[in-house]
Amino acid sequence: MSRRLAWLSGSGVMGLSAQAQASGWNMPVGVTDISAEIYSLHMTIFWICVVIGLVVFGVMFYSLFRYRRSRHPEAANFHENTTVEVIWTTLPLLILVGMAVPATATLKKMYDTSDAELDVMVTGQQWRWRYEYLGEEVAFTSNMSTPRAQIRGEEPFGEHYLLEVDRPLVLPINRKVRFLFTADDVIHSWWVPDFAVKQDTIPGFVNENWVRINEPGIYRGQCAELCGMDHGFMPIVVHALEEDEFDAWLAERRDEAAEEALGVDRDWALEELMARGEEVYGAICASCHQVEGQGMLPTFPALAGNERLIDDLAWHSDTVINGVSGTAMPAFRSTLNPVELAAVLTYTRNAWGNDTGDTVQPAQIAEQLAR
Amino acid sequence: MASKLPKPPLEHSASGAGAAASEAHAAPPKGILRWLLTTNHKEIGSLYLIFSLIMFFIGGIFALVVRLELFQPGLQFVDPEFFNQMTTMHGLIMVFAAVMPAFTGLANWMIPLQIGAPDMALPRLNNFSFWLLPVAFILLLSTLLMPGGGPNFGWTFYAPLSTTYAPPSTTFFILAMHIAGISSILGAINIIATILNMRAPGMRMMDMPLFVWTWLITAFLLIAVMPVLAGVITMMLLDINFGTSFFDAAGGGDPVLFQHLFWFFGHPEVYIMILPAFGIVSAIIPTFARKPLFGYASMVYATASIAILSFLVWAHHMFVVGLPLVAELFFMYTTMLIAVPTGVKVFNWITTLFQGSITFETPMLFALAFVVLFTIGGFSGLMLAIAPADFQYHDTYFVVAHFHYVLVPGAIFSIMAGVYYWLPKWTGHYPSETLGRWHFWLSVIGVNLTFFPMHFSGLAGMPRRIPDYALQFADFNLVSSLGAFLFGLSQLLFVVVIVKCVRGGEKAPAKAWEGAEDLEWSVPSPAPLHTFETPPHVTPQPHP
Amino acid sequence: MSPVQRTVSRTLVVLVAMFAFAFALVPLYDVFCRITGLNGKVDTTAQALVHEEVDASRYVTVQLVTRSGSGLPWRLEVEQRQLRVHPGQAVEVGFTFVNQSEAPQWGRAVPSVSPSNANRHLRKVSCFCFEEQRLEAGERLELPLVFQLARDLPPEVNTVTLVYTLYPVERGALALTPRDPGSSSDGGDA
Repeated sequence: MSRRLAWLSGSGVMGLSAQAQASGWNMPVGVTDISAEIYSLHMTIFWICVVIGLVVFGVMFYSLFRYRRSRHPEAANFHENTTVEVIWTTLPLLILVGMAVPATATLKKMYDTSDAELDVMVTGQQWRWRYEYLGEEVAFTSNMSTPRAQIRGEEPFGEHYLLEVDRPLVLPINRKVRFLFTADDVIHSWWVPDFAVKQDTIPGFVNENWVRINEPGIYRGQCAELCGMDHGFMPIVVHALEEDEFDAWLAERRDEAAEEALGVDRDWALEELMARGEEVYGAICASCHQVEGQGMLPTFPALAGNERLIDDLAWHSDTVINGVSGTAMPAFRSTLNPVELAAVLTYTRNAWGNDTGDTVQPAQIAEQLAR
Repeated sequence: MASKLPKPPLEHSASGAGAAASEAHAAPPKGILRWLLTTNHKEIGSLYLIFSLIMFFIGGIFALVVRLELFQPGLQFVDPEFFNQMTTMHGLIMVFAAVMPAFTGLANWMIPLQIGAPDMALPRLNNFSFWLLPVAFILLLSTLLMPGGGPNFGWTFYAPLSTTYAPPSTTFFILAMHIAGISSILGAINIIATILNMRAPGMRMMDMPLFVWTWLITAFLLIAVMPVLAGVITMMLLDINFGTSFFDAAGGGDPVLFQHLFWFFGHPEVYIMILPAFGIVSAIIPTFARKPLFGYASMVYATASIAILSFLVWAHHMFVVGLPLVAELFFMYTTMLIAVPTGVKVFNWITTLFQGSITFETPMLFALAFVVLFTIGGFSGLMLAIAPADFQYHDTYFVVAHFHYVLVPGAIFSIMAGVYYWLPKWTGHYPSETLGRWHFWLSVIGVNLTFFPMHFSGLAGMPRRIPDYALQFADFNLVSSLGAFLFGLSQLLFVVVIVKCVRGGEKAPAKAWEGAEDLEWSVPSPAPLHTFETPPHVTPQPHP
Repeated sequence: MSPVQRTVSRTLVVLVAMFAFAFALVPLYDVFCRITGLNGKVDTTAQALVHEEVDASRYVTVQLVTRSGSGLPWRLEVEQRQLRVHPGQAVEVGFTFVNQSEAPQWGRAVPSVSPSNANRHLRKVSCFCFEEQRLEAGERLELPLVFQLARDLPPEVNTVTLVYTLYPVERGALALTPRDPGSSSDGGDA
């Protein structure tokens, strides 16, 4: 909790109330020009369908009522009329053309990613999002922060149940932000309804989309493509800030990253590493390997009492840093910093009765990564 | 023709044409061997229908597990891993083991009767293609008991979730799909061969009932796309077990290729599940409106256009996958075009009602509900076709609502309508009208309670295939779950109606419905095991 | 041949043809992707440098992003993460590959380009992504990327992102060994 507060301090976000919530049963108008255009397309087509439906079903129910057998014992016998057939083929065609014109215009705008002022790379990973501000040296992972106890019904639901994260994506308003989407493992889909941005993240490939937010606020979304066990538990939260607040926030994150990098140079005590490691483990590892390290066979191996892990530090750190090809174990070399890597290695080597007594120092990891 | 047919193995041959007038089936069931070896189209048709009904309940139970978990927020009954297996199996079973075999069963029973043929063209193949199905689906269901569980990647099984990251049982899933695919292909070949070669003398193509026409087109679709599905799952098999990289970026492959191949199969597959429904409804509405079908020829052309267009729209399932702008526009336009022939069909049905003399027996109720609710599914389909808006709709409950409107009150209602319509022909008894009406009204209420709120939860932002959801979706999900249980339980009535109808009931004459015109109503009810051994002579005339 | 047999043999021909077509779609799709830029797929063969006048009036930002897939203990770095180039200009950027493990290994950098409409106008003259690389234990390798953005790059494109994702190559793993996690240096059975 303390880290979450630190993450947002000074940014002014805490003063904002959650807003721009959807009406609850219709598509949100959203907070970008594109999302508003899409909303109006949606409503236009909806009303066209309603009108056609009223006419068609009107005629149908009139016929059912008027020509029921008790009122109309003798059926007519016609079964062809070229004129009406031509009319009801051409008329829908014209309506469709009428729908296609504005849709095409909107689509073209959505595909224009030029002149972006900020580039954010979004990486989907089972089951979290990673955000990287390209060219800004700021990158972080965003995990769902709803406690598992709420999901299991042991605690009352929070206000933003399942739609809250430890570190939200922070974006400026009034600037064109270009997103680059990719994934580490399977296909995910990044979706924030208020931006009308939904784009698949595909391992090995990049996709693009963009947003220019008009209103500061907190916007929430979810992964939209089935991506395995915890597909339902990888929400997206975006804090949209005034431009100057955003710049301040970004500078602060850069400083924080620099400060964290300093931690590499000193010796860490076991307790310190364990505390930090437990945090990292809970946010990153526990979804698969489980809170008590018991894993979920056959897909996710147990860490508690794992003999190879206990006996072979080199293998253990290689697995965490480089991942395992063809499994759900990703490479954490560039998504966790040396301090986090060292902490989580130390934690998993000492928690749940693994008691190796090893401490892995951030400096060791940093040296290994820079080799 | 008839003399060339292989003789049925057991006592069927004793019945022969002479027994055609007898009221009960000539050969009473004698053990399992009779059903294992039967080559009679009516018996195989019944086997398909019974199999499909059983699978409908199994798939339905899976759906109810899903709805039970989604009854309220939080995880109460199953864990996410099992939830994913349930959504996947529900989809696979309903598509491949319930809807498709039900249509094949109806085709087996009715196509020879409607075209005046003594049996299917290839009776032994017919037996084989049916018995592949239980093998395939017992295998598929058994994966649920394997270590790591059954398929958990959705019925669309997108790679790499279904390859690199799939449970170990996936190889069995692939085998099961291969067997089911072969079964469909063999069934389709048989239907094509029957329709093209075994029509009664004098019956031209444009004299065929629409159910026969729509099935002919469906069979061609099956022949064209089931091999593509076979190709895709073969590639998956190679990727999983033999180190190839068709769908793995690490080895130079591309996960998006999977989606293109899958939907090249998948979109025609969607029409495979709806075209025969058009045929059934086109038989029932004229019967109970006592008026010929309006625009027979345009119905045929519309069906054919829908089939052809189905090969040109596949990427509308992939609007957010990162297609280039031109592809996005192309698939948006072609998808919108499908509304035209589909609209023609709806207009034709309604014009058939106009100035008719309409009664509302159970088959007609289901057919009318089909027209209304399928059209609602069509409207949401049109909305989904609008690519920019699809960026909001895609992979939400709005899509779930859309395709369930097309498949449940669409495909499944049409099957139920067909069953109520042809039960007198099959059993010689009318199904209970009272129970039928209860079944109909409970089903209509259940279906709408289940699926209508899904439009709202989807628009409000609920993604599909999630085991738990944010609090703002709670009310819609509560209603959907209640509706699902109502719908599910009311299907027990359907079983009661069928069982009662087989056992007895009001006797039906050969022409069980006074407005019915097609050839099947010229044979006695129940239809004897062997019909049209001497082909009837059809006088060529403009249909009908 | 009876009419039924004729019908059946014709449908069988269609059947076999469609099965083959599914496999033919794999290379066809590749061609299609390169033409349309679908998915940011790029040519995996070198293209010739075209001598055309450099459009000095226009700048395009080129971003270079390197990523690590799982299972390869390598470091991949680019000397410059962002460049400003003119269309028509030939550009060379250095990439560093380091094998941090104790064993020789094969790896492959899978390329992707965004936006997709820039794809056809990107000429890669030389790229490490055209082939698989082998690095000895602890080896460090400097490899260049030489590319040119064509002068006819659509005017609305002013940022081009090249992404390289590093994946392990399991040499000789084809045929009998499936994607067995234990076959690489780790062992996922832990």
